[in-house]
Amino acid sequence: MQSNSKKAWLYLLPSLVLLGAFLVYPLIDVFIYSLEECYNFASQTYEGVGAYNYLYVLHDPYFLQAVRNTFLLVIITVPLSTGLALLISAGLASIRPLRRLYQTIYFLPYVTNTLAVGLVFMVLFQKTEYTDGLVNLCLGLFGKGPIDFINGPYWAKMFVLCFYTIWVVMPFKILVLTGALASVNPDYYKAARVDGTSRGRIFWRITLPSIAPMLVYLVITGFIGAFKAYSDAVALFGADLNAAGMNTIVGYVYDMLYGDSGGYPSYASAAAMILFVIVLTITCINLLVSRKSVGE
Amino acid sequence: MNIKLENLTKRFPARGKGARGEVTAVENLTFEAPDGMLVGLLGPSGCGKSTTLNMICGLEKPTEGRIFFGGEDVTALPPERRGVGMVFQNYALYPHLTVLQNILFPLQNLKGADRPTAAQMKERALEAARMVEIEALLDRKPKELSGGQQQRVAIARALVKRPRVLLLDEPLSNLDARLRLQTREEICRIQKQTGVTTVFVTHDQEEAMSISDRIVVMKDGVLMQQGKPQEVYDDPANLFVAKFLGTPPINVFEGEVKGGRLYLGGAAVLETPGAAEGPVWAGVRPEGFVPAADGPLECAVSRLEVLGRDVSLVCTHPACQSPTLRAILSSQSQFALGQGAVRFALVPGKVLLFDRDTEARVPFAAAAAKQ
Repeated sequence: MQSNSKKAWLYLLPSLVLLGAFLVYPLIDVFIYSLEECYNFASQTYEGVGAYNYLYVLHDPYFLQAVRNTFLLVIITVPLSTGLALLISAGLASIRPLRRLYQTIYFLPYVTNTLAVGLVFMVLFQKTEYTDGLVNLCLGLFGKGPIDFINGPYWAKMFVLCFYTIWVVMPFKILVLTGALASVNPDYYKAARVDGTSRGRIFWRITLPSIAPMLVYLVITGFIGAFKAYSDAVALFGADLNAAGMNTIVGYVYDMLYGDSGGYPSYASAAAMILFVIVLTITCINLLVSRKSVGE
Repeated sequence: MNIKLENLTKRFPARGKGARGEVTAVENLTFEAPDGMLVGLLGPSGCGKSTTLNMICGLEKPTEGRIFFGGEDVTALPPERRGVGMVFQNYALYPHLTVLQNILFPLQNLKGADRPTAAQMKERALEAARMVEIEALLDRKPKELSGGQQQRVAIARALVKRPRVLLLDEPLSNLDARLRLQTREEICRIQKQTGVTTVFVTHDQEEAMSISDRIVVMKDGVLMQQGKPQEVYDDPANLFVAKFLGTPPINVFEGEVKGGRLYLGGAAVLETPGAAEGPVWAGVRPEGFVPAADGPLECAVSRLEVLGRDVSLVCTHPACQSPTLRAILSSQSQFALGQGAVRFALVPGKVLLFDRDTEARVPFAAAAAKQ
């Protein structure tokens, strides 16, 4: 028994070392940074320990803007992308001809570079001196005035960011849900047909509970992914997100470290810790809720 | 409600790489399941019996032919309008619902005037649960039940709609041997108690023979024979049916009818008045051998298997189609194993002759036959 557990620890050692060095240690380090007041990067000195960094960050309008943007992004994109992915994969599951072709098409955005997709979105949405962009051209057909989606009003920019995020995250969700739908025992559907179950009832009472674990997985990873959004905003609005008013929490952390106004690892650490707590809380709530409703 | 299938044919498009044309799963099938009877649809796997069941159920549309329930043509009706209850081979219980919710599920699908109140639904679900004796398990999830219990739930779910017809697909194949025996009696009891016309599919002839009122034997999508189990066993229409029914299986010999007598390996073993002359397949049921000192059929004995009530004598004979033949004898019977050989007389009613080419039955007057 004793030697067995020693052996087990030995086998676990490589991953424990790696996790410790690259996950646990940085986490603790960030936490320590976040408590050191007036930390000087060059001299590696600090003047006190306390919650000042947190107070500063929480009173920084840029940070509050970033938090609002991130929460909006999460609340809009996670349900929408999951719901749309469910709709599309259910549609894919019920067609026979060309299913493979459609599956491939729907999966393509996943293997496309984020920045490349961002470029395409710029072409679609950006208003320049030469053109109003494709979307504005279409809007013009309906007599709606051109809207500057990239440099214009806040809601227009948020719309593009959400649209873009949904576009980028959906392929993976469709892939996972298509697999989940295909693994539902077809006999359940046959039994339901013999009993004259309506299509809606089959979907809500049989299909959905059968793929519920996969949905929970997608919602949780979706929340985490959306909270960590950054590159999407950069791809659309450029590196100076604060000026565009489209910064995210991760973007704020980056700017505090390396941005033009950067060089404040303490503030960045405090912001990162706040993000960590938010994500942890939301994930715990997610797990609790899903455990109750999935009932495993 | 009697079920009548009329010239039922089902063809599927051929599947697989480079496959072309169609595969005929069921061909020109006609039979009737009389009202209130338990009918066993029997055949080797791939013979089209499950397809037939699916067509009765309405899950598959027949390519040709018609299906009648008590005179009403239901061929074009969807499953839910036929009034059928179906028990699937793997039971298909919804894993996320409790036993009670599973049983209630079909009732909750009903709409309009047919829909019972919640209290009536509960009452009917409990009634169905009582019928299959699972009242104690109503709050469990399917995966917390044994295979036999799951099947009872599946039967209760099929019965709760009070169907006109109950269909069971391989009801016993997922159970272990001990449960199988118990469950088949259970199915028989439930069927008698409800009086619902029941069709079940099986590849196990013993299962079909033991509980069916009628059996229907199929092979390659074609009806071989139908009738009461004992009649089909005693009077098979062809060599396939004779071989398929009975354990141990019938012993098949290469024989010849000459001058009103059956010759096996040169020895005249039985008078077969009325049988056509020429080469035949001669099938002898294991219980058709009677040890006799002056019997005409001499076999070399390989070994003796004691089964308690009976003994099984494993022998060889040059004309026999399989390496060994089996004779089932009462353990009280007296026989002399002289020189590793034994002589048998044959019971005329247990000897069946079949045409060498068509394998169809060749009748002879067994009652008048003498050894």
